[in-house]
Amino acid sequence: MNNWLKVSNAADIPQLGSRVVTTQAGNIALFKTADNEIFALLDKCPHKGGPLSQGIVFGKKVACPLHNWNICLDDGNAVAPDVGCARSFPVKVEGGAVFLSLT
Amino acid sequence: MKKMKLVMVGNGMAGVRTLEELIKLEPDLYDMTVFGAEPYPNYNRIMLSPVLAGEQGIQDIILNSVEWYTENKITLYMNKKIVKIDRKNKVVITEDGTAAEYDRLLLATGSNPFILPVPGKDLQGVICYRDIQDTNAMIDAATKYKHAVVIGGGLLGLEAANGLALRGMDVTVVHIMPWLMERQLDKNSAFMLQASLEAKGLKFMLEKHTQELVGDAQGRVTAIKFKDGSELPADLVVMAVGIRPNTSLAESAGIHCNRGIVVNDTMQTYDPSIYAVGECVSHRGTAYGLVAPLFDMAKVCANHLARMGIARYQGSVTSTKLKVTGVDLFSAGDFTGNEHTEDIVLHDTAGGVYKKLVVKDDKLIGAVMYGDTTDGSWYFQMIRDGKNISEIRDHLMFGQSHLGNTGHQGQSSAAAMPDTMEVCGCNGVCKGTIVKAIKEKGLFSLEDVRKHTKASSSCGSCTGLVEQLLASTVGGAYTPTLSATKPMCGCTDLTHEQVRKQITEQSLISIPQVMKVLQWNTPNGCASCRPGLNYYVLCAHPRIAKDDPQSRYINERAHANIQKDGTFSVVPRMFGGVTTAKDLRRIADVADKYNIPTVKVTGGQRIDLFGVKKEDLPKVWADLDMPSGHAYAKALRTVKTCVGSEWCRFGVQDSTQMGIDLEKMLWKMYAPHKVKIAVSGCPRNCAESGIKDVGVIGVDSGWEIYVAGNGGIKTVVAQFLVKLKTPEEVLEYSAAFLQLYREEARYLDRTVHYVERVGLEYIKQKVVMDAANRGALYERLLYTMADTVDPWKKENVDMREFEMLST
Repeated sequence: MNNWLKVSNAADIPQLGSRVVTTQAGNIALFKTADNEIFALLDKCPHKGGPLSQGIVFGKKVACPLHNWNICLDDGNAVAPDVGCARSFPVKVEGGAVFLSLT
Repeated sequence: MKKMKLVMVGNGMAGVRTLEELIKLEPDLYDMTVFGAEPYPNYNRIMLSPVLAGEQGIQDIILNSVEWYTENKITLYMNKKIVKIDRKNKVVITEDGTAAEYDRLLLATGSNPFILPVPGKDLQGVICYRDIQDTNAMIDAATKYKHAVVIGGGLLGLEAANGLALRGMDVTVVHIMPWLMERQLDKNSAFMLQASLEAKGLKFMLEKHTQELVGDAQGRVTAIKFKDGSELPADLVVMAVGIRPNTSLAESAGIHCNRGIVVNDTMQTYDPSIYAVGECVSHRGTAYGLVAPLFDMAKVCANHLARMGIARYQGSVTSTKLKVTGVDLFSAGDFTGNEHTEDIVLHDTAGGVYKKLVVKDDKLIGAVMYGDTTDGSWYFQMIRDGKNISEIRDHLMFGQSHLGNTGHQGQSSAAAMPDTMEVCGCNGVCKGTIVKAIKEKGLFSLEDVRKHTKASSSCGSCTGLVEQLLASTVGGAYTPTLSATKPMCGCTDLTHEQVRKQITEQSLISIPQVMKVLQWNTPNGCASCRPGLNYYVLCAHPRIAKDDPQSRYINERAHANIQKDGTFSVVPRMFGGVTTAKDLRRIADVADKYNIPTVKVTGGQRIDLFGVKKEDLPKVWADLDMPSGHAYAKALRTVKTCVGSEWCRFGVQDSTQMGIDLEKMLWKMYAPHKVKIAVSGCPRNCAESGIKDVGVIGVDSGWEIYVAGNGGIKTVVAQFLVKLKTPEEVLEYSAAFLQLYREEARYLDRTVHYVERVGLEYIKQKVVMDAANRGALYERLLYTMADTVDPWKKENVDMREFEMLST
């Protein structure tokens, strides 16, 4: 069972941008693509812990600002040949509000 | 819709590369079938030499495993030779009668070794050197026999000889020409090569014509006889006298061949549904035997098979490297020369270094190097770019060495480095790691190596070394990318220059518009092209184009420098490095109030506050109440000054005031990369103007302007541009130079890279000689900056960037 928490309005996340949510599970980055799809990843690059929320978003990927690893927004996996995974969290948008599940 | 059928004949490097390129473009357009005559999937033929030499096994050189074919839904037939093409019914037929229909046929039949038509050529123990089977036969012979003769002193022959010698055979190389590798080397370098191979134990017989191979009663070769009557014992004879395009299948099907299957610039044969790539091809009368051109062909062919129809193959300039451990050899272009060319030669017999450069009409057209091949890629690039070398002619021979290529112990020759030595000081990558990755992962380009090992992917100062490693590991297969035609990034085929031109000419004022009109192949670009496009659009259309913060790197979006722990650093502007007690007191108060852990004086005469939390940034700026120092941006950073005539007993000009004036004019200037300026008040040059993008030096009679210096990754001394009389002129000339750089440089090129590319003469023409153009450049820069705001001012801050959300 997902325990949905309202964290933002979809409109408050810029397209091809992100916002950071502080939670007891650590900082979580909410990303919005050009098609207004929203994804949530733990705000920590699997490489050296860089804040992914600060990276450039393109397609369904984000480039880590520290060493430019590319991370897939949907599952948190690094794009080959890099290997690693940032934890991803379920998100849903209802009535313009963004809900996040930490379970 | 039913898929079209693509059948490929031949399962080698060129053909499979074509399929790889095609899959990238159109994975689902065809049902693909591959017929290969060998019992292996695609392997790296270039690496047969290391296999023969015992440095690698066969499993190491497989490029595409059988699983790769399955994953990409390619039907693979190994060990099946196609014997007939029925063009009328569009069917190919194998030896055992299997038939396969095609809509498009791709011929990649490669080449056959040339067999000397001498008596005894069919004896046992007489082989060529072409595939895994030949290599195994040689390895096997080395365990049983003693005397090996290699006929042919070319690239392949020498690599074969070296490998057999390493396996313990007594090897003699027989060559018909007066010196070795006559197509790649001139006489001098060939003799040096021969001497070093003789030192390794190889023997040579030059200008020898083979007459006959002699066999024993069992039909095994025992000796080789020459036309001059002499004889040499031989238990193994390797013929490496050249290759011939394998055109027999095409010819039997009536496809036009002329020393190769004749193709046009789209790699199409005379039959429009049949394409051909690789060594079997004759393109504009040339057949290529090196891998780099074959990969170029593959890319073009895939483009047309994918029905995109925009690529053309226009031939290649090739370069050669010999893959014999411990021998450094490089040649490219026309290195023989004639009465219309000039030679620049360096010959140090004892030191084992020989370099010859061939120049024609102020352009480098050929190079041959032995012993020191450090700058091979650099010369090769100049040959391919057709760059005018008149300005650098006096030091051209000494290569591209830059004082500041730090991080690898001053080492410039990759071959001499031990495996454990660090090549990339940024990412801690050793030579052994790079070489292993190149061999095991089948890497061919600098980009590949960067992706897989991270070497050369940060500051780039070891790029030359990595290129050398590539060249010495894969030989002629490595081709440096032509900078003049290098696309901006993987999202487009257009170069930086082409993109900038279109942005201006077609009035493209936003990134989505650029991507749509110029047909970007990704929906919204990548982290590499977006910041560049954002800059190009803003630079071409000031006050019209809107900035896109999401296409800026985080530093420029948050207007502060991100640090390794995710906090930021803040550098307020101090014009000309001059501050006041009041400003310092405010900085100290801010440091206290926000618990700033580190306060550091920078090299650019300013103060840096480290460890600021992102959400505190807007408050820190407001409390500082000083302008942004842009220490985080591709923009004007700092104008460093010495104290000048106001206090200094040597100073002849007021450098501090000049610096303040320059910084006040330029402090809101964004650029392709960071820009650093310095002003010194006398030729003692305490502000270090000699290594700045614009360096100003006061002399008694006025000011000297130097440009395109650099103090970082590569230390390059700035070049003298012009001598001026008044401070007003200094402002105008400096601004005009910087605007020219802003309008023409590639994004992320410093002024040093830009001026290296266009030449100082060009800058002088545009900025010094042409007063009207100088004035116009100056005006355009002022116009652009007049509308630029201070990003730290409260009204310009987008608070969404800085506020955290919570659950």
